Amino acid sequence: MIDNNDRAIINHLQGGFPLCERPYQVVAEHLGLTETEVLQRLQNLLDKKILSRFGPMYHAEKLGGGLTLAALKVPPARFDQVMAMVNAFPEVAHNYQREHELNMWFVLATETPQRILAVIAEIEQQTGLKVYNLPKEREYFIGLKWEV
Amino acid sequence: MLDPIDRALIHATQAGLPLTVRPYHTLAVQLGINADEVIQRLQNMLDNGIIRRIGAIPNHYALGYQANGMTVWDVDDDLIDELGLCCGVLDFVSHCYQRPRHCPEWPYNLFVMVHGKNRNEVEQKTAQIAALLGVHCRQHQILYSNRILKKTGLRLT
Repeated sequence: MIDNNDRAIINHLQGGFPLCERPYQVVAEHLGLTETEVLQRLQNLLDKKILSRFGPMYHAEKLGGGLTLAALKVPPARFDQVMAMVNAFPEVAHNYQREHELNMWFVLATETPQRILAVIAEIEQQTGLKVYNLPKEREYFIGLKWEV
Repeated sequence: MLDPIDRALIHATQAGLPLTVRPYHTLAVQLGINADEVIQRLQNMLDNGIIRRIGAIPNHYALGYQANGMTVWDVDDDLIDELGLCCGVLDFVSHCYQRPRHCPEWPYNLFVMVHGKNRNEVEQKTAQIAALLGVHCRQHQILYSNRILKKTGLRLT
């Protein structure tokens, strides 16, 4: 599905991207490809969802918003109902089911840090369940480079 | 710290960088500024950490890393920074954070996201972390994800 040139592009582009007039040309020269080929392959990798994104990765907290990880113990019989309630909040950016008594884990991203607690209170009120609020206190690492 | 032009630039690049021969020029035209200013503003945001990096984010499922285990650890509070940094440098860890405990039900304060091609691989990698943490860890668990319920990404600004 992907060839060695795709792999070279994926590996190389996880390490940063030039800020210059023709950055794809710089990448192409480095990889021994043409600029057009780099652009076409990148488009294809994005279209096929082998890359989920290409561009600047922003640091959410430094932009002034609120961010937290939260979890719920959802009774299995109510899972779909609670999922619909939680997912309906626009502040819920990701939501995963996990194999544990705490079986629903979601990331809340809000315009302001203060809004986090308000959203949690609304989710508790709607679902009748306790929200475990697990904000990041310290970050030791983010952003594994996936060698392919 | 961020002015309206920075915010407009963030909005314009949230979905990604343009796949055009001169991507910063493409953005400049959208924003009504020149390409040098786009480059300078991106450089400033990189310098002050608002942008972590500019690059590609692979979809790890598509690359064959099907098993995703959120490993959670109950480690000594006074050593957590040191232990967290040790876990963060492992080449199979994508995120490593300190988070608050909710005792007694949730005694874990260190979260380490481990990826593998299957659960067996995640378990082997988790064992490596356990060996590294040694006596400083009282207990741990692996929480596997079995379904993505929502993934819209972060809405910024």
